[in-house]
Amino acid sequence: MILSDQNFTALFVTLKLASISTIVLLILGTPLAWWLARSQWRFKYIIEAIIALPLILPPTVLGFYLLISLGPNGPLGGLLKMLGAAPLAFTFTGLVIGSVFYSMPFVVQPLQTAFSGIGQRPLEVAATLGASRLDRFVTIVLPMARPGFITASVLGFAHTLGEFGVVLMIGGNIPGTTQVVSIAIYDHVEALEYSQAHGLAGTLLILSFMLLMIVYGANRRYAVGQP
Amino acid sequence: MSIDVRFNIQRGDFNLVVDTVIPNRGVTAIFGPSGSGKTTLLRAISGLEQCEDGYLKVGETVWQDNSWFVPTYKRKIGYVFQEPSLFTHLNVQNNINYGMTRAKCRNSVSKLPHTIELLQISHLLQRMPWQLSGGEQQRVAIARALAADPTMLLLDEPLAALGDEQKAAILPFLESVYKTLAIPVLYVSHSREEVACLADHLLLLDHGRLHAAGTVKDIFTDIDLPLAHQTGAESIIEATVAGYNTHFGLVQLEFSGGTFSVASASLPAHSNVRIQVLARDVSITLERQKNTSILNIIAVTIDRIEPETNAQMILRLVTGNTVLLSRISCKSAYDLDLKKGDKVYAQIKSASLLI
Repeated sequence: MILSDQNFTALFVTLKLASISTIVLLILGTPLAWWLARSQWRFKYIIEAIIALPLILPPTVLGFYLLISLGPNGPLGGLLKMLGAAPLAFTFTGLVIGSVFYSMPFVVQPLQTAFSGIGQRPLEVAATLGASRLDRFVTIVLPMARPGFITASVLGFAHTLGEFGVVLMIGGNIPGTTQVVSIAIYDHVEALEYSQAHGLAGTLLILSFMLLMIVYGANRRYAVGQP
Repeated sequence: MSIDVRFNIQRGDFNLVVDTVIPNRGVTAIFGPSGSGKTTLLRAISGLEQCEDGYLKVGETVWQDNSWFVPTYKRKIGYVFQEPSLFTHLNVQNNINYGMTRAKCRNSVSKLPHTIELLQISHLLQRMPWQLSGGEQQRVAIARALAADPTMLLLDEPLAALGDEQKAAILPFLESVYKTLAIPVLYVSHSREEVACLADHLLLLDHGRLHAAGTVKDIFTDIDLPLAHQTGAESIIEATVAGYNTHFGLVQLEFSGGTFSVASASLPAHSNVRIQVLARDVSITLERQKNTSILNIIAVTIDRIEPETNAQMILRLVTGNTVLLSRISCKSAYDLDLKKGDKVYAQIKSASLLI
C-alpha cells in the first residue's frame, strides 16, 4: 500500500488544517467557554444555540454561507478587498475559518462543562490565598479542567479531520492547498482508483485510531485514583 | 485598633443589616440560627460577597466604602470554608504553599513548621487531598490559611461538615491555634458548645439583624437575650488555678467573687481556665449549708428574677465581677420568698462543672 505524492500532500494538508484549526479553536474557545460557564446574562442561551448550530446543520449549508460571505462580493470578502487583501474563498486560510466554525461546538461544549464542574469554591479559596483573577485562571482553572481540554482538543482535531462538506464548498479541490484527504478519497473512488482510495482511507483510519488511543490512555492515567 | 463593620445587604427576600465594631484581638463568634446571615456577613468581610452599601475598616485600612473596594486577594485574610475545599490537583504541601508563596512573607515561611506541628499534619504533606479524612483535610485547610500569614482569620463553621468524633478531635487544635495567634479570629457557628469553649466575643445574629454584641460571658448571662433562656443556659467564668488538694484530687480555681473546687488534677498551676456552669445545676439556699456533699457554695446577690414558664424561673446572681445563672422552680422561689437584692448562697456540685 503505497501512497502517491498527491495523496501524501492531501494527508499533509489535512493534518496541517486540523492542527491549526484546533489551536485556533482552543484560543478562541477557552475564553468563550469560560464566559458561558460563568455568565449570568439572561440571553446567554442565544449564544449557546448559535455555537451548537453546526451540530445539526448540514455542513454544506454552513459551507454555502461561508462561501458567500468570504467571496469577493460577500461582506467579509468585500471588507478584505477594501483593505487590499485577497478574498479567502478557495484558500487554506478560508478552510481554517470554515473548520473553526464547523468544529466550534466540539471544543466549546467540553470546555464549558469542565469549567462549570470546577464550581465557585476553588476560585474563592484561591482568592482568599492571594491569587489574582489571572493567577486563579492559570493555576486553578486550567489544571482542574485538564480532562476537558484533552477532550476538546481531540474532538476538535478529529472532527476537522473528517470534514468534507464545508471544505468542498469553500475550499474547492486544489491539490497542495485545499485538497484534504476526505475529498481526495472521494476523487479516487469517483475515478475508480480503489487502491489509492484504500491507501488513503486506511492511513486515516489507523492515524485517527492511534490518536484517540493515545489521548484516552493519557486521560485515563491522569484520572486514576481520583475519587 | 478594631474592625468597623457596616453592611446592608439585600439578597432576594433576605436583608442583612449589621453595624458594629469587632475587637481586633481574640476570637469573635458570629452566632445565630441557620439562615440568620452569619455566612453572608463573613463573606462580606472577606470581600467574596460584594455589596454596594457597605463600609469596612480594619485597623487603619479601609477595605470598603462607597467608592473603594479592596478585592479579596489583596485583603490578606485566611478563610476556612465549611467544607475542606482543598485544591484537588495539588498535594497537601502544595496546597499549603499556594497561599504562602503569594504572601511573599518570610515570616510565614519561618512559622510554617510550627503550624504544621500544631495541627499535626507533617505525615500528610505528600498525600493528595482525596487520601485524607474529612478532619485531616480541614486541619490542612486551616494550616493553609495560616501559612499565608493573614492579618485576620475567618472561619465559616469549620467543624460543621465533620462527624462528632472528628469534631471532638479537631476542637483542641482550634483552641491551640487561637491561643497562639496574635490576629483577630472571626468564627461562624451555630453550636453553643463551640462558642462557649472557643470564643471571647459574640455577635448574635437573627434573621439578618444584629441582636447583641459583647463578651461571651455577658451575652450568655443577659436575661434580656434568648441565650439565657435556652435549655442549656449557662454562665461562663474565667478562673485561675490557685491551688491543689492532692489528697482528694481537687483543684482550687479562683475567680472574681469566689473559689471553686473541681475534680481535675491535671491543670497546671496559675493557668487560666474557663468554667461553664449550667443554670440547671445551680441551686439556692438562704443559709450556708453545713451537712452537704456539695463543695461549692458561694455567697451571691440576686440581681434579677425572670419567670420563664409557669413552673420555672431564671435567676441572675452576682458576686464580684462574676455572673451566675440559676434555674429553679417557681415554687422554690415562692417558698424561699426570693427578691431582687437578696443575699443568698448558690450551690454547685463540683461534678457538674465543665472546664
